[in-house]
This record gives sequence, structure tokens and C-alpha cells, in this order.
Amino acid sequence: MSDITIRGLTKYFGDRLVLDRVDLDVDKHEVVCLIGASGSGKSTLLRCINRLVEPDHGQITLGGLSITDPRFGRTGLQQRVGIVFQSYNLFPHLSVLENLTLAPLKVQKMARPQAKARAHEVLSLFSMERFTAAYPEQLSGGQQQRVAIARALMTQPDVLLLDEVTAALDPELVGEVLKIIHDLKQRGLTMVIVTHEMGFARDVADRVCFLSEGRIVEEDAPARLFSAPQHPATQTFLSRLIASGRV
Amino acid sequence: MVAGRSRPAGNYGLNVHRPIADQTDRGGLRPGTTSIRPAPEGPPPPPRKRSFDWRAAFVPGLISSASIIIVFGGLYWLITSAEQWPRIKAQFFNLDHMIAAAPRVAQGFLTNLQVWLIALACIGVWALVLAVLRSLRGPVFAPLRLLVVLYIDIFRGLPALLLVILFGFGIPALNIPGLPNSGLFWGGVAMVLSYSAYVAEIYRSGIDAVHEGQRAAARSLGLSEWQTLIYAILPQALRNVLPALMNIVVALQKDVALLSVIGVRDAVREAQIYTATTFNYSALVVAALLFLLATVPMARLADWVNRRDRARRLQMAD
Repeated sequence: MSDITIRGLTKYFGDRLVLDRVDLDVDKHEVVCLIGASGSGKSTLLRCINRLVEPDHGQITLGGLSITDPRFGRTGLQQRVGIVFQSYNLFPHLSVLENLTLAPLKVQKMARPQAKARAHEVLSLFSMERFTAAYPEQLSGGQQQRVAIARALMTQPDVLLLDEVTAALDPELVGEVLKIIHDLKQRGLTMVIVTHEMGFARDVADRVCFLSEGRIVEEDAPARLFSAPQHPATQTFLSRLIASGRV
Repeated sequence: MVAGRSRPAGNYGLNVHRPIADQTDRGGLRPGTTSIRPAPEGPPPPPRKRSFDWRAAFVPGLISSASIIIVFGGLYWLITSAEQWPRIKAQFFNLDHMIAAAPRVAQGFLTNLQVWLIALACIGVWALVLAVLRSLRGPVFAPLRLLVVLYIDIFRGLPALLLVILFGFGIPALNIPGLPNSGLFWGGVAMVLSYSAYVAEIYRSGIDAVHEGQRAAARSLGLSEWQTLIYAILPQALRNVLPALMNIVVALQKDVALLSVIGVRDAVREAQIYTATTFNYSALVVAALLFLLATVPMARLADWVNRRDRARRLQMAD
């Protein structure tokens, strides 16, 4: 059974249609990459999955539970779905450790020692355990993004959403973050990734979805989608990227 | 330094110490060839540490103190040699009168300090409540938001002096049983209401300045709207506006003197009373000195808070 099921998801920002009857299934342990031009609705789709954006129409179920049902508590949802943003969005007034333990302490009401232990455990996965006492602004972009991913993993979510997590990084720092995402894939985490790194999408994704004007116009295994795109919009998008040397 | 940001060691490829032999080919690279530059012998030495330079250490200080002495000495001479100076001195700087007035003016100034501290605490809390109400989202809170906007428009638009008179004389005159009757209390209330309108706007600017992504991050971690405000937004907002708040603290310290118009025996009132009986204004100068004694250190403290805040923002980890 698939982990995430999206049916007929539609979202307007004012009069602008951003998502147009999107259907998407993500299986357990599957990594799906969403690609497409800016403004094609990738990030909105991602944010609908953890209800940072409330869709206007359509259903999303997560492990069989409908999360678009208003009766479904937000807290339960946030515990199952972690999200990482392009601009890290770490809390600058809190140390790395406090950033990680805030939600477990305040939302899940975890005991402090357990929360700390869990934080150390997650940070050591990313070889960031030296920085527990540091503040975000003292870290490099890549380190901040690793902390942000660690923070999203604190509650052991079933699904991790990654929203252009390398777009704000200096080129030489992209690698360390991508490596972590690779590791997470090896651990069997279900992930939905919005990315502009086509090389990475080809490498890590089990399936790539190309969005255009709020619709998924083509989805396929990366090898096929990148080498033999079927839809004209995909072809145009990819040939433009190739022309600009991005693929 | 952070590993990722450290600059590369070495001479940045500027082959300063390129061996002479390598420079013989003055024609540069022929097209189609690549150049593998030989490793430089080593980077140039660091700049020599300067020995302590007495001249550099003392001459600027000497010049500035000399110019200060000349300018202020000149001013002093100019003022004291004026024809009217003895009269001015007798009227405003009469030492006997100053000493005679000092105890009561100081007594009054204690009232100022008390009102100042209590009002500060009330303003800090009440303004925060206003700012938070105003920043609440969701249609349910629309009437609250509107009320706060009205409140701020009204109390920011009215002179504090008018409010002090209105509350300090008006409400005690109503003689409502159960309400305090003292002008001091109601004058203080007027100050709190008036200042809170300003401070609420300062808080709100701080809340607005917190990046939207912070709210998204907090919400996506499962924090409730309320928890998001308490743990993520407000700490950053307060830090943003601390310098502006310090200014308000200093301003309030002086404005407490407005209460003197409704008969509160603060420093200014006491000095006026003394002046009224002696026709000498030295008592008011005593009050002025007391205010300066309190506000100038506050202003320096504000500067220090500002500097420390900047330093913290620029701080880099080891």
C-alpha cells in the first residue's frame, strides 16, 4: 500500500490556479523527486502534504489516514511528516541542541534527557555532534542545513519533505547535504524532494515527476524521463537545462 | 573559524616568488598549451609586528585634550565674562539655594523613580499584550485586532499631557466608590496607556521583522500558534527591538515629570514650590541635574546594549 496518496489536489492563490487536480502516489521507502520550472507548483504541492498550505480541493491520505480531514490533528500529522526548507529556517536564538529538542519537549512532551539523547543520536548520524552548543549563525550553510534535516528527523517521521534544500548553498557545500539525503534513502526513509539538481534527482530518485502549470504532466523512472521525455513540456524544460549546462 | 568558510592558505595563486627561470618566457602561454606552475617556494612572510609607538599612542590623545580644553575654556570665559552673567548665576546657579532645595527635590525625585519603574513594568506587559493581540491571525480575532488598532490610534494621537490631566483630575473627580482616588495613580495610568501605544507598535515591528520562514518552521514542527509565538517569534522580536525599547525607557524617565501638573509632588513640583517662595530658579536646576544623573547613564547603557547586540550578531564561532 502506498504511503502517500494524493487525489485531485487543487489549490488557488487568489485567482491563480497553482495546483490543478494533482494525483500522486508515493510508496513506502520510495523517493520521489518533483521537478519543473519555478512557479509550476512543486513547492506548494510539497507544503500541502504537511498542511502548511491548505488545499482547496482534493484528498491526501498518509498511511491510510486522510490528513485533509479537518478533524485530523495537526500535531499528529507533524509527527509523521518532517519538512526541510531551502533557507534552513533554524531558530537563530536557540542553540543547535535547543533547535532539535524544542518540538519533542513542547509538542511531544518528551522528557528532557530522552530528547537530548535523541538529539545527540541524530546529530551523530550527520557528524554534527560537535556543534550541539553552537548557534545557527556560527555554522556554515551546509552545516545549518544538516541541522535542519536533523531537526526534521527528531520525531522519527514516516515521510520527509525536502524543499529545494540545496538551492541556497554555496556549490562546494551542496555535496555534504546530498550525501546525507543518500544516506537517508539507504535507511529506507520515504522522501518527496523538490529539487533543481537534475543530476541528483537522476541519482537518488526512484521516480521523477515533472510539473508544469500545476499539473504532473509526466512521471517516470529517472533514467527514462531524463533520456527520453515524452511530453513536449518536459522536452522543452530539459533541453533548456541542457542548453544552459545544468544537466 | 568555521571550516567551510575559512579562506585558503597560501598566496592565492599570485606567483610572487615565481622562480626567475620560469619568467624567461615573456611571450606568455602559447595557445593550446597548458601551464603547470611549479610550487612556489613558500608564501611571503607575515607583516612585521610593530614595536610600541609612543608617538602614535599619545599624540592624538594630547591633541584632542588640548582642543577640548581650548574650546570649552573659551566657552567658559565667553559666558562668565558676559555682562549679565552675575545675574544669571544668582538666579539659576545660587549654591545656597541649591543646597537648601536639594533635600526636598531629591525626595520628589524618588517619587519620579518609583513611578518610572512601576510604569515601565506595566507598559512592558500591557504593550506586549496589545502587540500579540494585533499579530494574531485568523478571522476569529478580527474584532480584537480592530480594538487594538483603535486603541493605538487614539492613545498615540493624543498628547500625553492631555491624558495626564484628563485622568489625573477627571477620574478622581468622579468619586466612584471602589476606585482609587489619587491623582498620582491615575496620572500613572495615563502614562502607561499612552506609552503602551508606542511600545506596542515597536513590539509589532519586531514581530513583523521575524522572517516568515520561522513561523513555517515552527508550525511544521507541530508547535501550536501560541507556542510558535512564545518559543519562536517573540524571543527574536524582543531581541530585534531592544535598542528601540531602551530609548523609550530613557524618554519615560523624563516624561514622568508630566505628573507634576496634576499636583504630584515629584522633583519638578517640589522645585517649583521652592521657586514660588524664593523667586530663585536654582531649585529647578537641581531637579535638572538629578534627571541628567539618571538619564545619561541610561543612555550609555542603551548604547552598550546596542553594541553588544551588534557584536553578538557578528560573532563567529571557533
